[in-house]
Amino acid sequence: MKIVVCVKQVPDTWAEKKLNPADSTLDRASVDAVVNELDEYAIEEALQLAEANGGEVVVLSMGPDRATESIRKALSMGAARGVHVLDDALHGSCAMGTSKALAKAIEAEAPDLVVFGSESTDARMSVVPAMVAERLGYPQLTFANKVEIDGGTVKIQRITEAGYDEVEAAGPAVVSVVEKINEPRYPNFKGIMAAKKKPIDTKALADLGLAADEVGTAGASTAVVEFADAPPRAAGQIVTDDGNGGVKIAEFLSTQKFI
Amino acid sequence: MAEILVLADHTDGEVKKVTLELLTLARSVGEPAAVVVGAGADKAIPVLAEHGAEKVYVADSAELDEYLVAPKVAVLAQVVATSAPAAVLIASSAEGKEIAGRLAIRLDSGVITDAVGLAADLSATQSIFGGGVIVTAKVNSGVPVITVRPNSSPVEAVAGAGERVDVTVDLADSDKAAKVTGSVEQARDARPDLAEAAIVVSGGRGVGSADNFAIIEALADTLGAAVGASRAATDAGWYPHQFQVGQTGKTVSPQLYIANGISGAIQHRAGMQTSKTIVVVNKDAEAPIFELADYGIVGDLFTVVPQLTEEIKKRKG
Ligand SMILES: Cc1cc2nc3c(=O)[nH]c(=O)nc-3n(C[C@H](O)[C@H](O)[C@H](O)COP(=O)(O)OP(=O)(O)OC[C@H]3O[C@@H](n4cnc5c(N)ncnc54)[C@H](O)[C@@H]3O)c2cc1C
Ligand SMILES: Nc1ncnc2c1ncn2[C@@H]1O[C@H](COP(=O)(O)O)[C@@H](O)[C@H]1O
Repeated sequence: MKIVVCVKQVPDTWAEKKLNPADSTLDRASVDAVVNELDEYAIEEALQLAEANGGEVVVLSMGPDRATESIRKALSMGAARGVHVLDDALHGSCAMGTSKALAKAIEAEAPDLVVFGSESTDARMSVVPAMVAERLGYPQLTFANKVEIDGGTVKIQRITEAGYDEVEAAGPAVVSVVEKINEPRYPNFKGIMAAKKKPIDTKALADLGLAADEVGTAGASTAVVEFADAPPRAAGQIVTDDGNGGVKIAEFLSTQKFI
Repeated sequence: MAEILVLADHTDGEVKKVTLELLTLARSVGEPAAVVVGAGADKAIPVLAEHGAEKVYVADSAELDEYLVAPKVAVLAQVVATSAPAAVLIASSAEGKEIAGRLAIRLDSGVITDAVGLAADLSATQSIFGGGVIVTAKVNSGVPVITVRPNSSPVEAVAGAGERVDVTVDLADSDKAAKVTGSVEQARDARPDLAEAAIVVSGGRGVGSADNFAIIEALADTLGAAVGASRAATDAGWYPHQFQVGQTGKTVSPQLYIANGISGAIQHRAGMQTSKTIVVVNKDAEAPIFELADYGIVGDLFTVVPQLTEEIKKRKG
């Protein structure tokens, strides 16, 4: 079977993120970039499913030039090849544009399964997997903490507010995974060396049959009107417990009218 | 006045507080109308009407609950087509955001998630990068689809007509692709819903064991609070993962958040940073969570927390 795994390159989780004053997009140039940590679980799950059921894993990423680093990381973990959607006109894409470009690239691969992370740590929208399912007419099996393939049927446990739902669908399906599902492997030396030789296809918008004004800032269906730093939190009062710490908190809560 | 659709978040007609908050928000920009999908409309309608819903669109065929997400999208798309609302508001839960994303594609409009406010021109405010930056964003094509975080608006009792409008929907095959075959409820307690609670009391690795979480629960109960946990505590199996707060857990924005034995890793902060007042108990004065604290005690939670619980009981008499 063929499994496409969607991986986003994002600013390092710990880096201080800023918006670009010129066009209100995330300033990606000034920060270290890493594989979205939630997508590492998607890569791991795709690899495990391919190992158990036979088949190969294709890594798909949309992003600027250096997103190839993230594709290489997935290749070094064991994916077979990469697809990099790269086009200057993609800059400033909203979720509508991102899902459109990813859906086109997935369609071209005609996979049996598409695996996503559950959220990108920069956009934090958690919508792209569902939106890609909608665009492709694939069943949506999202927020999975367990995935099983049984012939042509994909079964998941979907995390819910109160527990989990069991959901199943015939493939090809869109799956997104939560971080409880597995423990992502570290690439070993052999994997890192092998990854250097694995192919990465670069696809521009024209290769996907998309026009520049359908995506990016030009095609964005949402716009940032303005942004500003939030007023900084006033420094709090920190006290070392002298045996009366609990009483002191109660006093604080009472001045704040919580009790 | 243009209609503003609010998708009711409910379980068998038991309407969540966030839906009532969305009705308040809808009334500030137009005429609120609710949409109830699935079983339980009879129970939901009076509550929605008491909070300002002029109309309640009802799609209650049993089939709608059998498939994941897509049926709710189909109902909303159909109501939008007939009632031409000015906007659609949905609660910012994991599923709410998915519904919103898919709906925006069906309507060929745009989607904004995690709004914390809404202006008369339907622009939405969002708090991003862990609360450090406030953004105002606007959907610039089609009917705006906006998901709103719990605790962004007050609940107000204002009578609306609550006129029931039944909607029948023919689901497409692709709406019936992901079948729900079972549902397992692991964690339910009598405490307020974590995402909606006004007060959250959380415990982390410092709590040390599942049994010790009784200390956290006792404090929560004296305050009428929900209990939360860090991933270290849920991963260790000390507390069910439904109560995890953070990047991959729930996002909470209560009036008061009390963090006990939690270091304040960035992934935890991502889920609680916008809490109005933050109180910290941690024995390590260097723990990064203190950077967020309005009031902090450097001390052992095993002495501080029980003392606090007792003191609150005493004060409340
Ligand atoms: C992909 C990914 C997603 C994640 N998502 C989340 C998430 O959603 N939510 C989340 O919380 N984390 C998440 N994490 C994990 C996060 O990085 C931290 O590991 C986690 O939050 C740590 O939990 P903690 O603060 O309880 O434990 P620790 O960091 O171990 O801190 C324990 C604290 O307890 C204090 N302590 C110990 N004993 C006592 C005592 N007796 N009295 C007082 N204080 C005491 C210590 O001083 C310490 O500060 C995620 C990580 C990854 C990689
Ligand atoms: N530019 C991108 N390239 C590849 N995958 C992406 C991209 N953006 C989002 N995704 C995938 O969609 C998931 C959810 O992203 P989001 O909806 O932005 O929170 C991520 O975990 C990725 O798997």
